[in-house]
Amino acid sequence: MRRYSAFAIAREAARHHQGWERAWRSPEPKKKYDIIIVGAGGHGLATAYYLGKNHGLTNIAVLEKGWLGGGNTGRNTTIIRSNYLQDPSAAIYEKARSLYETLSQDLNYNIMFSPRGVMMLAQTQHEIRGYQRTAYANALQGVATEFIGPQRVKELCPIIEIGGPRYPVLGALWQPRGGTARHDAVAWGYARACSDMGIDIIQQCEVTAIRSQGDKVQGVTTTKGSIDCDKLGIVVAGNSGVLADMAGFRLPLESVARQALVSEPIKPCMDVVVMANTVHGYMSQSDKGEMVIGGGTDGHNNYTQRGSFHHIEETVRALIETFPMISRLKMLRQWGGIVDVTGDRSPILSKTPLEGCFINGGWGTGGFKAIPGSGWAMAELMAKGASPLAAAFGLERFREGRFIDESVAAGVAH
Amino acid sequence: MLILTCPCCGVTGEETEFHAGGQAHLQRSGPGASDEAFEAYLFARENPRGVHFERWRHANGCGKWFHAARCTLTLEVFGTYSAQTTQPPQEVLDAIAKRRPGWTEGGK
Repeated sequence: MRRYSAFAIAREAARHHQGWERAWRSPEPKKKYDIIIVGAGGHGLATAYYLGKNHGLTNIAVLEKGWLGGGNTGRNTTIIRSNYLQDPSAAIYEKARSLYETLSQDLNYNIMFSPRGVMMLAQTQHEIRGYQRTAYANALQGVATEFIGPQRVKELCPIIEIGGPRYPVLGALWQPRGGTARHDAVAWGYARACSDMGIDIIQQCEVTAIRSQGDKVQGVTTTKGSIDCDKLGIVVAGNSGVLADMAGFRLPLESVARQALVSEPIKPCMDVVVMANTVHGYMSQSDKGEMVIGGGTDGHNNYTQRGSFHHIEETVRALIETFPMISRLKMLRQWGGIVDVTGDRSPILSKTPLEGCFINGGWGTGGFKAIPGSGWAMAELMAKGASPLAAAFGLERFREGRFIDESVAAGVAH
Repeated sequence: MLILTCPCCGVTGEETEFHAGGQAHLQRSGPGASDEAFEAYLFARENPRGVHFERWRHANGCGKWFHAARCTLTLEVFGTYSAQTTQPPQEVLDAIAKRRPGWTEGGK
């Protein structure tokens, strides 16, 4: 792999940009791999990357039914934060956030991580108490957050109307090291680094069956033929239930559609991410100037990657009260992603009833921010059979009643 | 937008009039059941990419619970029926079979 650098740009500029390589190979699948990862989204590619980087395992195939990063990785609002209440969530999300800080250097690929700060508005007395509690918990967990008053909110984000008649801004939970990143670049950067280590990324290759012998996984049947493996990682977000069905077990998951939308580009007007959970909406401004808006999920099971229209209306209606200046903005695009939501709204990183088969899913509406930490923990789990970061997220927690009651993936903005 | 007809009051409305209540026909495990069975009752869900039997409540209407058979991939509704039953009625199964030839309950 030729490294990207200022020197490389100068070199290519001098020869009409004829020397840029393909970022990753597109090989045909081999008959057998040590490890197969199903799903070449951020989480799947990060899992493969850390299996190679941290554990020296590179005889790996990452299978993708569409194109890499074409699912939720390319369909989110790119927010990165780790201000969670419960210890296991704070640990894995903070690991992810800290990995994001140096990810561009690690991957030699500019993921445009922008630690511009994330604020979660408190608009009710209940939220003030909740976020103060979170700020104290974060202090104990080593996550840098603070609870700030309404005047500080106004200083950080002048376009907010803090005296709104119905939901005035009473304060905010402020994480200055949170922010955003370029979501496609995260997938592309991991894919390029994986390919460089010899990991095969096979796109347009849909898994149609999972083969097992006794209780042990043997391989998968795909639209590009049968491939054997010793270990199988299912990292397919909204389609986790479909793959689990192939593997012969059920999951405590339901898939719903989550929507986002962007406005026409406007001049820079906000340089922080603002989330307003009471009214279900959040917003940031992209580098192109579009206002990126996210909202709630559908209440019903949904695989349409579209979502219900009334959620857009609810989200925009709520945000207009907090940001009156956006009321005349035109919206350019809207899209939906399929998110898999668990019973306790926290993810699953776990062994499964099928030996050699591991699952990473249930990230619900909060998956993008977790990509590096999720990949790190999943790789350790698959390589060693256990991972401290993943320990609390096992499937057995539902039977044992050890929920991680976080609303990590709740059907609300977060 | 998803449009449903409430079998209790007969009103047809958009989804904003209704509230989704998750998978239908869950069998509660009785006293003495295994932990696995009770866990499955509480948490394990079918979550199909296709035909789904589910509970709905006519929240901004008559307030009654009912069942619906719906495709999660196309949002097509095959039929709605009373909540006072433990399995889908034959006419709903027939309607599904007509629109989804080869479909069998459980997707197997």
